Amino acid sequence: MAEIGSFALLLALALSVYSFAAGIIALVFQRKQNPQLALAGGSIPRRTADSVSDEGSLTATLRRNSERIGETARRAGIATFIAVLLASVILVICAFHDDFSIAYIFHHSNRDLPGPYKFAVLWSGQEGSLLFWSLLLAAYGFVLRVRYKTDARLFAYASVIVASVQIFFLLLLNFAAHPFAIMQGSIPADGSGLNPLLQYPEMVIHPPMLYLGYVGFTVPFAFAMGALIMKYPGEKWIHITRRWTMVTWAFLTCGIFLGAHWAYSVLGWGGYWGWDPVENASLMPWLAGTAFLHSVMMQEKRGMLKMWNMWLVFATFWLAILGTFLTRSGIISSVHAFAQSSIGDWFAWFLLITLVAFAFFFFKNKSHLRSEHKLESLVSRESSFLFNNLLFILLTFTVLWGTWFPKISELVQGNKVTVSAPFYNRVAIPVALLLLILTAIGPLLAWRKTSLESLKRNFMWPTIGAIVTAIFLMATPQSWGSVFGLKPWKDIAYFYSLMAVSLSVLVTLTVASEFWRGGRVISRHTGQGMFASMVQLTHRNTRRYGGYIVHFGVVVVIIGLAGAAFNQDKEKEMGYGDKLAIGPYTLVCRSYTQDDSPNYESEWAMLDVYKGDKQIGTMTPVRRFYHASQQTSTMPDIRSTLNDDLYVVFEGVNQDNGHPILRAHLNPLVMWIWMGVWIMLIGTVLALVPNAPAPVRVPAQARLEPAHAAPVATGD
Amino acid sequence: MSNFSHRITGGTDKMGAPFIAGFARSGDFRRKAVQTILLAAAIFAVLGTGDPATRFQEIGHQMMCICGCNQILLECNHVGCPASDGMRNELMAAVDRGDSNSLVEQSFVQKYGPTVLAAPTNKGFDRAAYIMPFAALFLGFGLIGLVIRSWKNRPAPAIAGGLAPVAGAELERFRDQARKETDL
Repeated sequence: MAEIGSFALLLALALSVYSFAAGIIALVFQRKQNPQLALAGGSIPRRTADSVSDEGSLTATLRRNSERIGETARRAGIATFIAVLLASVILVICAFHDDFSIAYIFHHSNRDLPGPYKFAVLWSGQEGSLLFWSLLLAAYGFVLRVRYKTDARLFAYASVIVASVQIFFLLLLNFAAHPFAIMQGSIPADGSGLNPLLQYPEMVIHPPMLYLGYVGFTVPFAFAMGALIMKYPGEKWIHITRRWTMVTWAFLTCGIFLGAHWAYSVLGWGGYWGWDPVENASLMPWLAGTAFLHSVMMQEKRGMLKMWNMWLVFATFWLAILGTFLTRSGIISSVHAFAQSSIGDWFAWFLLITLVAFAFFFFKNKSHLRSEHKLESLVSRESSFLFNNLLFILLTFTVLWGTWFPKISELVQGNKVTVSAPFYNRVAIPVALLLLILTAIGPLLAWRKTSLESLKRNFMWPTIGAIVTAIFLMATPQSWGSVFGLKPWKDIAYFYSLMAVSLSVLVTLTVASEFWRGGRVISRHTGQGMFASMVQLTHRNTRRYGGYIVHFGVVVVIIGLAGAAFNQDKEKEMGYGDKLAIGPYTLVCRSYTQDDSPNYESEWAMLDVYKGDKQIGTMTPVRRFYHASQQTSTMPDIRSTLNDDLYVVFEGVNQDNGHPILRAHLNPLVMWIWMGVWIMLIGTVLALVPNAPAPVRVPAQARLEPAHAAPVATGD
Repeated sequence: MSNFSHRITGGTDKMGAPFIAGFARSGDFRRKAVQTILLAAAIFAVLGTGDPATRFQEIGHQMMCICGCNQILLECNHVGCPASDGMRNELMAAVDRGDSNSLVEQSFVQKYGPTVLAAPTNKGFDRAAYIMPFAALFLGFGLIGLVIRSWKNRPAPAIAGGLAPVAGAELERFRDQARKETDL
């Protein structure tokens, strides 16, 4: 089996190289044949190809056959997907067959590993995850090449760019991190087992989601690069890539929050985000990608920010690769970097080459990227997007700077420093709050120009609502729990929380007012009820109103994050009947014991949970010891409500008396984070739905004479 | 096991610096707003610093456990961790002695190295960690200012067919009309 897998990888590399080289040859010669047509994005008519003079050389033959060569390149790209898929399937089959002759299977699996985790072995280690990355890239490339008829020429350029990235990953797989490498010496009877931290249901879906996000940004980058190289006229390439970008962004969002949920549910420290370099690596492309999703609207609507968007889409792709470099090179230490090796040099070179190549084409063709319109007013949607982008990029830079600072410090002053949560809380939170203010104001601004009067009119009630909320939160008693009784002068963390919740209310009210105003107009014209009108409104402009729902999801997440200021935890050794009180809850130890299974042995405690005098449930935190890997892992028990999470960890056992040592955390509002993510995803899916056609109503008296017609601003 | 008695930790780190002075708008209001913010900052800086339990939490959340878990000292959750119990006891003793925050931090840095601090200090090259993001913010504002200026100075695009562009009150009237009809 290993031989077939190795051969499939080698074949995939050969096919990718062919797809890249033949694709370039076809594009170069098509361009030479008919530069006008090449720019127009059309395909070459056979008549034109035949009319090329017969030079009696290879060049002439290539010119004549450039279209056919291009087609072979496309098919080679499709075949690459099949070859990489074959290699991936073989690796998974080997994991299920416990083929420990393959070093990768030996290091990441064992006989008693449950089936789903044997499947997850594909992305659980260095070599497998690179293969998985390559598979997803080939899958994206497959879809791109199958849909080439949308715009054959632009897709041909994008296909070549995707093939170049594919070649890099296949080179890595074939020559630096081979997943089918054979074990030296005798074949072991059992494997080393999968890292216990990865043996959790979410680890079966978290990495695929994250990788779909990382890899997916290659596609918009490939289209952008293609459009740049061929000086593609107009903004059609943005329309083509919009859905790719949104889908990719949704995958990355989902992957990041699944990772946060996994950390919360498995690592046992009671938190979901530790500002670890690996976490930061996923956040950076997400921030840059979010900035791109906003600023690209300016290019679509107003033909502005073309150069900036080129750099943004490149930065998003580049940061995704940089993140992989960070987590695999070992250059920055991280508890999450499961797979470190010497492949960092490969990534460093790839990053450098892509930067140089992009910069070359950018400076060569940047005259093509001039903005088409002028800014008419500072109080406009355009300027809000500018500041939105500034803050997103600043956050990206802050995370990048914080991630690299230990290394920079080591180089400059000879010693490492730690850059952890306190740094990011000081620097990133104020910027994030500013961004929240912009999220509230932005939707109220029209394209081109907004009168201060209308801004004041639309902004007044949401502002009053936010101020009333802030006063209410400060005035209420702390005994109400969560974010009530917030006294911002007591602690800067409380101040941040108060600001975050109040601004979230501001955003929610502005979003609601947008739905309300639009719904009212439709209701007036159609006589429908308000809710039906708002549904119709959303269906008429799914992108705009789907986007607002995403904004609402973000504020729900932020309210959840604001709860972290009120986290509490207590630790106690508990014998039978011992009590531990935390917040409104009391835990009573009813029992503690041990259990054994083929994969692990476990120790657990059974705790009755009381709220006041009433028993509301039972919790059973567990600690496991995995036989194969000889490693320990905790499985906290979490009791979630809208108000708070009661989170109990079995930390260990007092060796003197056998009593379990338990830690209880009370984390307010955590459930809001996961709910907010669902809302964000629903909003994204909604934004992907095609618009319903809106009836056009032009009153006769309002018709304009053609000579007076001028472009007008519409919302989006 | 002595430190397995109840410990309550209190969320994120504290900071006394004012950062929202820029929100103030004009004249009297601006002066009052700045005064209020400075007063609030002073209160933040002073409140809660005397209580040993609060100080323990505050300093403990500014330090890392050095066992290799990359966790904040008071959040390290390893039973039998070779480092965190001893470090917590040392911290508690220092706070009980009445050592100042900087003295406690210095002694920890001397004993465990600079990586024991969870964030760069405000001294020497470490300052760059904080300066750079805000420098980037101001640079960004500057760049946006330049971009806006160049955009505003750009000549209006010509309309095909030699038609004169609509401007002024007439344009505003058309816009209002268009918004009423299309801006859903």
